Amino acid sequence: MNVVVCVKYVPDTEAPIRIRADGRGIEESGLPFKLNYYDEHAVEEALRIKERTGGTVTVVTVGPSTAAQALRQGVAMGADAAIHVEDPALDGADHLGVARALAAAIAAQGCDLVICGKLSTDDNASVVGPALAEFLGFPQATAVTKLELSDGKATAHREVEGAVEILQVVLPAVITVERSINEPRYPSLPGIMRAKRTAIAVKTLGDLGLTLEEAGGVAARTEVLGYAPPPRRQAGRILEGEPVEMVKELVRLLREEAKVL
Amino acid sequence: MSRDVWVLAEYADGRPRKITYELLGKARSLAEELGGQVVALALGSGIQKTSQDLGAHGADVVRVADDPLLGQYTTDAYLAVIEPIVATEQPFLLLVGSTASGRDLAPRLAARMDAGIVTDCAAIDLDRDQVEVTRPVMTRKALARVAFRGEGLRIAVVLPNIFPPAAPDPSRLPEVLPVSVTVDPATVRTQVLEVKAIARETLPLTEADIIVSGGRGLRGPENFSILEELAQALGAAVGSSRPPVDSGWVPHDYEIGQTGKTVNPQLYIACGISGAPQHLAGMSGSRWIVAINKDPQAPIFSIASYGVVGDLFQVLPLLTEEVRKLRGSSRG
Repeated sequence: MNVVVCVKYVPDTEAPIRIRADGRGIEESGLPFKLNYYDEHAVEEALRIKERTGGTVTVVTVGPSTAAQALRQGVAMGADAAIHVEDPALDGADHLGVARALAAAIAAQGCDLVICGKLSTDDNASVVGPALAEFLGFPQATAVTKLELSDGKATAHREVEGAVEILQVVLPAVITVERSINEPRYPSLPGIMRAKRTAIAVKTLGDLGLTLEEAGGVAARTEVLGYAPPPRRQAGRILEGEPVEMVKELVRLLREEAKVL
Repeated sequence: MSRDVWVLAEYADGRPRKITYELLGKARSLAEELGGQVVALALGSGIQKTSQDLGAHGADVVRVADDPLLGQYTTDAYLAVIEPIVATEQPFLLLVGSTASGRDLAPRLAARMDAGIVTDCAAIDLDRDQVEVTRPVMTRKALARVAFRGEGLRIAVVLPNIFPPAAPDPSRLPEVLPVSVTVDPATVRTQVLEVKAIARETLPLTEADIIVSGGRGLRGPENFSILEELAQALGAAVGSSRPPVDSGWVPHDYEIGQTGKTVNPQLYIACGISGAPQHLAGMSGSRWIVAINKDPQAPIFSIASYGVVGDLFQVLPLLTEEVRKLRGSSRG
């Protein structure tokens, strides 16, 4: 089975964020980037499928030149090939533009299954996976916690409100994964060496037969106007002393001040 | 394009989910500003009877697609019903709840209709005919302001527990219009085999007004019963930070944080949780935060409304007892 995994290079979630002085963006100098956390799980799931059924794993990303690092980590984990859609026209593209570019790259490659992380930890949008499925004309299963493949179908478990839903989906399909689906492996030393040697196929929108009006920033239906720090939470009240006294005071505050009891 | 604000109603066991009322409340104020109507789009099986309820909560018009094929959400069947009616009626704005099915459906609908889509909306504002939304990004370390551009449908996927529902007014009677369902079952490429209810989660974490959450400080799976007791007294849901999940004490569906759920309750009680950034990413939007931790240096205290520096094994049973007394007396 040939699996394509979509990956993204995102700021390390542990790192502090600085908003640019003009408020229009996040200061990227000095900000450490990583392979998106959920995408590690997506790569892992694809590698396990390859180990069971044979075939190939291809990682693909849309992003600036630095995003190649995300592809190299995918290869270091065990992916066979990497595609990098890189085009300045994609600056300012919205999530649908990115999904269109990914869909074109995946369609050109051909595959039996596409796996994405359920969201990327920078934008938190969870838009690209289902949008990609639409552009490819594939069915989808999102936020999947368990995946089994047999006879051209996938059985997927997904967490929904108050329940686990088990659904069967016809392949080829787009699956987005939750973190509980697996435990990602670390890149092996030979894998890291191989990642350095593996040629990354770089594609522009033109290479993929897409026009700026289809996928570029000019086509975007949404635009990020700016960023602001979250409202600072007011310094709270710290209670100390005997447990009985603290609890009485806490309950009083919750009733009289917060009015939540 | 119309001036109407549409709400995609979502159901649980045949009744509208809480988020549906919240969306209707927000749609009401937006539609009044726009000079349009509030239209609820209701898909399900046996849901016709909920139309009056949707009207009472703010819908001027309820469009109902009531069909056995829609009893269980599937991406293909729901899209096949929603896309044609939205394409014909051209809402100004469509509000969808940020739920498992909302997040599955809305991006795909946007892709099909070349709509603008913004997810995780925590605020929606109108500036004449410009729609701007605010959403937390970067592990809640920043708020992004996003504007819709261009012509055509706008879709806002809205976080639960942010907007207050309108007080129901049973005298408001909506116009109820049927939506025809002509879906060929053969075109539905996913089949729901089973829905296994999570017994403990009668109140989904994302909908709960009060959440009691436990971390590493609980020391073991058996001690979650202490949280359960407090939660029961409060009518709260129980969650956790990441360490108890990674240690296998509780399943992943408990987890609140960057790699789990995002919650916005009125009251969040963090017990034995240190307050790592990855946890704060999922709960720092809570209205009131209580932290109970024996380490006065724990970062959770820096965002807590009320911090209790103490041993949770002493504090929690006392708190449960106080709440029971309170609830008992308020009933009598």
